[in-house]
Amino acid sequence: MPKVVYVDFQGNRNELEVANGMTLMQGAVMNGLDGIEGECSGSCACATCHCYVDEAYLDKLPEMSENEDELLDGTASERLGSSRLSCQIRMTDDLDGIVVQLPEEQ
Amino acid sequence: MGSKVAGVVIIGGGHAGFQCIDSLRKGGYAGPITLVDADPHLPYQRPPLSKGYLLEGADPDTLLFRTAAYYSEQSVNLHLGIAAAAIDRERHTVQLTNGLSLSYDQLVLAPGASIRPLRVPDEIADQVHYIKTLGDIDRINTQLGTAQNLVVVGGGFIGLEFAATARKLGKNVSVLVRGPRIMNQNVTPELSRFMLEQHRAHGADIQLNTSIETVSRLDNGGFEILTTDGRTLSCDMLVAGIGVTPDTRLAEAAGLECDEGIVVDAGCRTSDPAIYAAGDAVCFTHPLADTRIRIESVQNAVDQAKVIAANILGKPAEYDSAPWFWSDQYEFKLQMAGLHAGYDHVVQRGTTESGKFTLFLYRGERLIAVHTVNKPADHMAARKLLAAGISPSFDEAADENVKLNSLLKR
Repeated sequence: MPKVVYVDFQGNRNELEVANGMTLMQGAVMNGLDGIEGECSGSCACATCHCYVDEAYLDKLPEMSENEDELLDGTASERLGSSRLSCQIRMTDDLDGIVVQLPEEQ
Repeated sequence: MGSKVAGVVIIGGGHAGFQCIDSLRKGGYAGPITLVDADPHLPYQRPPLSKGYLLEGADPDTLLFRTAAYYSEQSVNLHLGIAAAAIDRERHTVQLTNGLSLSYDQLVLAPGASIRPLRVPDEIADQVHYIKTLGDIDRINTQLGTAQNLVVVGGGFIGLEFAATARKLGKNVSVLVRGPRIMNQNVTPELSRFMLEQHRAHGADIQLNTSIETVSRLDNGGFEILTTDGRTLSCDMLVAGIGVTPDTRLAEAAGLECDEGIVVDAGCRTSDPAIYAAGDAVCFTHPLADTRIRIESVQNAVDQAKVIAANILGKPAEYDSAPWFWSDQYEFKLQMAGLHAGYDHVVQRGTTESGKFTLFLYRGERLIAVHTVNKPADHMAARKLLAAGISPSFDEAADENVKLNSLLKR
């Protein structure tokens, strides 16, 4: 199963297996990882699953929708070039090993 | 305090029940936690069932709040597929349908609401589909492959979300709506009209002011429906989303105060201080409402559960969050923040033609609710404005150049 490395705000690394087809938000939430909320169940409606994606993987991600783009403008922690909503990133073999940094607040 | 801790027993594994578990453990609660749910699955999220679930591969694992490991790591006892039968308030016990008796220090009722059944002849009743549980949607999914013509009864969120899903799957869909408008209770006439046009543009046959007069079984296994306005429809599947009734059975039998819902105070306590209740089954006086209300939404369930956990942990809390909820229909994301009952003025930002707009609903000069279509960022900002009690002027609300977040700072 492909792996995702979630790095929390304190710098702790959590490596989790996330099945293909699951989103990075689901992978974190289902395993009880703090730092990602996903209060809208992953329908790209709330911006509480904000993460910073490691540059090496940015190009491999699905394109950002207008809704995601607008939501990222209102995140609780600063938006950076690497900001994405983790509910909009579905796991694939291509993304195996992806590293995402979790923000200070959601 | 007694020498032995019985712990917390939670009845119902929806958003409220699950959130209560998580908030209790995160808050440091060390006593036993037991969850009882009549649904046989590990606790899962229901909103996607009528929305993306069938379109995204119908994998039940994607719905789980947590994997099985979480419950053992957090020492949560699960009684799944078993219902609670009765509460003995004097002994502080709950009897389950399998004969087991569970002791509690605090009991949390999160039973949700029951489907309102369609009134049809007995021989048809068990053929009607509803959308509430994973079992319901699995049954729909097994028949959907071969069905081509669907009739959906009910023009609320569930019926319309499912109609949109079925259209995306290429099915012919007729929706029978009893009233003159879709989503009549929950959105403004402007938004209702806009979405009616979208459903029709996407090929759904939405019929207003009508319902089923008679329904009969056809030889091919389908149904023939005569509507109250004299039309005849035939279909392969009949799906109903005509509302729910709060599940107050246990609470009423235990003598807890109920009023079309289990009555709770601001701390989400029932009339028995050892028993809390949260979610769709609960009615209460909300600081933003004039009357006692009941809210069927994820936000309500989650926020009430957090209040309950805090109170059990000895950190007194009251429920006063501004309500919000959402619906996905085709490419439209509808988001509603606040309570709009009693609004007397609407300000629109953005054009309906663009398919992205925001409706600011006022009572006098006070902003009481904000409804958005494909404007999730406005929704998030609106929630903050409502929580802070900030009312933009009508001009500010209408002007797309005024960033809503900038109004928070004044």
